[in-house]
Amino acid sequence: MPSFTLRINGETHQIDGAAGDSLLSVLRYELGLTGSKYGCGEGQCGACTVLVDGVATRSCVARIETLAGKSITTIEALAPPGSLHPVQEAFLAVEAFQCGYCTPGMVMAAAGLLRTNPSPTEQDIALAMDRNVCRCGTFPRIVKAVQLAAQRMKSTSPAGEPR
Amino acid sequence: MRREDLDTIEPERYELSEPRRYSFDLDRRDFMRVVGSGLVIVATLPRAFGQESGRGAQGRGEAADLAAWLHIDERGRVTVYTGKVEIGQNIRTSLAQAVADELRAPMSSIVMVMGDTDLVPFDAGTFGSMSTPRMGRQLSRAAAAAREMLIDAAAADLRVDRATLIARDGRIVSEGGKSVAYGDITKGRKLTGTVSGEPPVTPADKWTVRGKTEKKIDGRTFVTGAHQYASDVVRPGVLIGRVIRPESPGATLEALETSRAAGVPGVTIVRDGDFIGVVAPNERVARKAAVLIVATWKPRTGQPTSESIYEHLKRTADGGRGGAPFTAGDSAGAVAGARRTFAESYLIPYIAHVPLEPRAAVAEWADGRVTVWTGTQRPFGVRSEVAEAFHLSEDRVRVIVPDMGSGYGGKHTGEVAIEAARLAKAAGKPVKLVWTRAEEFTWAYFRPAGVIDVKAAVDERNRLVAWEFDNWNSGNAGIRTPYNIPSQRIQFHQSDSPLRQGSYRGLAATANHYVREMHMDAIARALGVDPVEFRLQHLVDDRVAAVLKAAAERIGWPKASASGRALGIACGTEKGGYIATAAELSPSADGFKIERLVASFECGAIVNPDGLRNQVEGSIVQGLGGALFEAIKFEDGHILNGSMAQYRVPRFKDVPPIDVVLLDRKDLPSAGAGETPIVCVAPAIGSAARAFGVVKPALPITLVRA
Repeated sequence: MPSFTLRINGETHQIDGAAGDSLLSVLRYELGLTGSKYGCGEGQCGACTVLVDGVATRSCVARIETLAGKSITTIEALAPPGSLHPVQEAFLAVEAFQCGYCTPGMVMAAAGLLRTNPSPTEQDIALAMDRNVCRCGTFPRIVKAVQLAAQRMKSTSPAGEPR
Repeated sequence: MRREDLDTIEPERYELSEPRRYSFDLDRRDFMRVVGSGLVIVATLPRAFGQESGRGAQGRGEAADLAAWLHIDERGRVTVYTGKVEIGQNIRTSLAQAVADELRAPMSSIVMVMGDTDLVPFDAGTFGSMSTPRMGRQLSRAAAAAREMLIDAAAADLRVDRATLIARDGRIVSEGGKSVAYGDITKGRKLTGTVSGEPPVTPADKWTVRGKTEKKIDGRTFVTGAHQYASDVVRPGVLIGRVIRPESPGATLEALETSRAAGVPGVTIVRDGDFIGVVAPNERVARKAAVLIVATWKPRTGQPTSESIYEHLKRTADGGRGGAPFTAGDSAGAVAGARRTFAESYLIPYIAHVPLEPRAAVAEWADGRVTVWTGTQRPFGVRSEVAEAFHLSEDRVRVIVPDMGSGYGGKHTGEVAIEAARLAKAAGKPVKLVWTRAEEFTWAYFRPAGVIDVKAAVDERNRLVAWEFDNWNSGNAGIRTPYNIPSQRIQFHQSDSPLRQGSYRGLAATANHYVREMHMDAIARALGVDPVEFRLQHLVDDRVAAVLKAAAERIGWPKASASGRALGIACGTEKGGYIATAAELSPSADGFKIERLVASFECGAIVNPDGLRNQVEGSIVQGLGGALFEAIKFEDGHILNGSMAQYRVPRFKDVPPIDVVLLDRKDLPSAGAGETPIVCVAPAIGSAARAFGVVKPALPITLVRA
């Protein structure tokens, strides 16, 4: 069986699998990283969103053979242990969730967005996060949370660089 | 059952269809055996509620009317045991607020044990917006009774008059400055009580924990991904299952070839009648083995399509299955003699819940007992289903519901739990089964499709004199009108549904409100009367009038905020909640654009203002889907748009600014709020859209340019 080298949350993993296997399947079933959720398996709902080289990526449609040499970050390692990323803090402050199943994916998508756009407008967020669905309908709160995180990241980081 | 109760309960209802065969017969001493020592308070259901949830019929009501219980241990920790489950509606927090408030104890001291059938008393399920008005009330009574018992015990311990004692911050405090912590009172004791009579519950204007925003309990675990949903549960040695299904329900198995799959190392193949599944060491192998199984199915044909469904529903309804009509006066006579009549027929498609967490279960057998972790709104109902499927007594089945990835009425059934248990039994190891999105679209159930015919008559003074309303299959929730109309005939007709159908947030109240409010709007327009005025002239319920006025005022009725724009409005009441929604639209190339929505909602005394606001906003967003684009397409049982790419649900770009106006009625008991705010979204939008053309009498809203 072929083996694939994946760099996930700063650690290197040798994964026995087959070309075509999804990153989400590896995360959830091989590595026990269940923070990334299965929602649709077709890249349409965003519950599985992770960062690949800093870019928000649907892990359910990311094939493991395409990820060699890339750096993958999941919700479990977005912030150092025991602390929260500003996006996580903002989601908590605004209470931008109900059932919370979409939340890890939303947080990762927002974190990815803020890396390239530190001051997103409402339209920027709607466009960038179009492939993230909250069935509970907390979209207005999520927009608020992303903008709150953006503000806080700017005020705590004078250069405007994401922490 | 009282007539009003019938009106609020869907006749087609998975949630209430199954008799309860289990009697929770622990008495108070038994509780103490479970918890060791401390203080235990048992809350019982008032008789009427017991009957309503289908339990009086069991003939052994006495101890079975247990609603919930709570325990205070020697550290002052309060553990609340309830069969309600957390679906995202935030009752883990709001019910804890009720207990903390009545007990005068910090929120941090409250632990909610929910939806574990081995630990909590029987509960029919989490649906119908009943958690706040019923479970909230029961827990308030229990906590108030516990507080009084603690005061009694402290009076004896401190040798003071109980009238000089108050409960505060988890302690009983005397006027003289003495105080004792709850844990010190309960330490080493076995205090038990049953809530009887009416314990002194705190009136809403004296609430200190309720009535204020309280952050979601365990909120941090949701933003870090640490919270374990059923689909995340891992058991030692757990294997992964997969079920092989036909393309559509109703197909029968003709041939099965499993030899290639059987050759995959570590794979167990399960065949039991038409149930076929595989179990494998991991998800990848399970998927591979499933693909290697060749099953030939004979599909059921000759079924209606999403186009012919409406004719089918009318044709298959036969007299009486939907219950007797509600009548007042002589509607036929009033229609015949009226100056003007208005008639229309509306079509309502099936829609899907699309809970973001699909059905999932982990099942584990040990010593002839099976434990299933699963996401369901009816843990005890699922326990019954599993027990029945395996011919077990119910005490051999334990269902544990982790706070789940939503339901919206779509997770009342236990099919995934049964499937996982079947696979686990065959494999001899724990098995996890997570439905794919495609399975969720085809094998779950839908909000019922329906046809609704409405006819109204007005007199020369523009007063409604007759109202006839016939609903085929969609359901009878919210079918009655809040308007004062002397002659009425309102009837629900149950039909044969070709697709599996069941509960959905708000049930049929959404369809019934859509038709009623669209018709009210059409009549007002035809008569040249202001639609808000027209409604107010016919409203007798001040609470409906109050939310209608509040929404109208906030949207700036009757004047849109810019020229070329149009306003629409709708109101109603359902499940003890009062809602009015107003919409402002502008014309666009493809019809209209929603510029703004206003929702005014009243559900008695508000327990958690921000939690309530979140629910109202969420209901409105979810309602946008059914109003604007959701509809299941099908043919011979095949779901033709059964994927997230094909079945459109609301996304960021679909959501306009939403302005929520909450009316807090501290003088009235709290009602549930998870459902009712959804019911007026569609008619508010649909009536506004009439400014730009003809709106088809159907959902989703379709505008035909005039």
